[in-house]
Amino acid sequence: MGLSARELTLVAAIQAGLPLVSRPYAAIGTKIGMSEGEVIERLSWWLANGTLKRMGVVVRHRELGYHANAMVVWDIPDDQVQAVGRRMGEQPAVTLCYQRPRRLPDWPYNLFCMIHGRDRDVVRGHVDTLVRQCRLEGVSHEVLFSNRRFKQRGARCADTGGRSQGSMFDGVQSTVVAS
Amino acid sequence: MNGLEKSLLNDFQRDFPLSKTPFADIASGLEVDEAEVLKGLSNLQAQGAVSRVGPVFQTDRIGASTLVAMAVPDERLEEVAELVNAYPETNHNYEREHRFNLWFVLTASTEKQLRDVLADIERRSGIEPLVLPMVEAYHIDLGFPLQWA
Repeated sequence: MGLSARELTLVAAIQAGLPLVSRPYAAIGTKIGMSEGEVIERLSWWLANGTLKRMGVVVRHRELGYHANAMVVWDIPDDQVQAVGRRMGEQPAVTLCYQRPRRLPDWPYNLFCMIHGRDRDVVRGHVDTLVRQCRLEGVSHEVLFSNRRFKQRGARCADTGGRSQGSMFDGVQSTVVAS
Repeated sequence: MNGLEKSLLNDFQRDFPLSKTPFADIASGLEVDEAEVLKGLSNLQAQGAVSRVGPVFQTDRIGASTLVAMAVPDERLEEVAELVNAYPETNHNYEREHRFNLWFVLTASTEKQLRDVLADIERRSGIEPLVLPMVEAYHIDLGFPLQWA
């Protein structure tokens, strides 16, 4: 939150990725009436202040042979969730680690992490290691393997255009892949 | 996959050059031509290995965002997944093996827009979504280290 209208224009112009041309920042700037220097300066600032997590090549795990993907959800006592979350987030197998609210009675879990692997046994092995490393023996948890992917793309929150996304079966941005 | 493609995939997930000519700078570091870098990235994108070259935003910093789960009867899963996909606010949408079998991320410009989309999805699907916004992040996104088999 807190971005100016001008900044949101840049977010919208760049979030689908850079054009693969010699001067990509100039090309983005031309589309929105911003100089190449200003585009680069704003991106640098966003990297420094955490608005951008990173800038670079975004890979698709499944296409690279990482066929198994699990979201592992844990029910951690509230007074321990921060300490456990920090430890879990440092484990090499973990690619995301977030605290989220419980929704009782349907959903008792408050800590979520993501693990990718070449197959499900590898992922299960990583979960066992996590339990040991983070001392989570006896902690209630579930491993939710992904099955079909209906959509994967970067956030498009600053879109101002129409709802042009078509069916889940068309295009690269909404492929369906069985694991 | 050749050596250049492996390097492009693995070594530039972060710290991508914020210079006027980032691809030429990558090329000179790898001792190849800029054209080879552009062609390599373009091929990887065409193959689907690269979804994009660009920014990964902390979504709660540029708008309102949440993870959402729904428990959808099996015979309606594709229909409801397609309904959810049709919103431009949807960026990831996966089937997971659980009673809550549809998991997606919504990102909108404002909290109100996010609430409106959630209400719309509930009304049109007849299924109450489990709304699970981030409370705190414990992992720094450094990209995804690839191990070549």
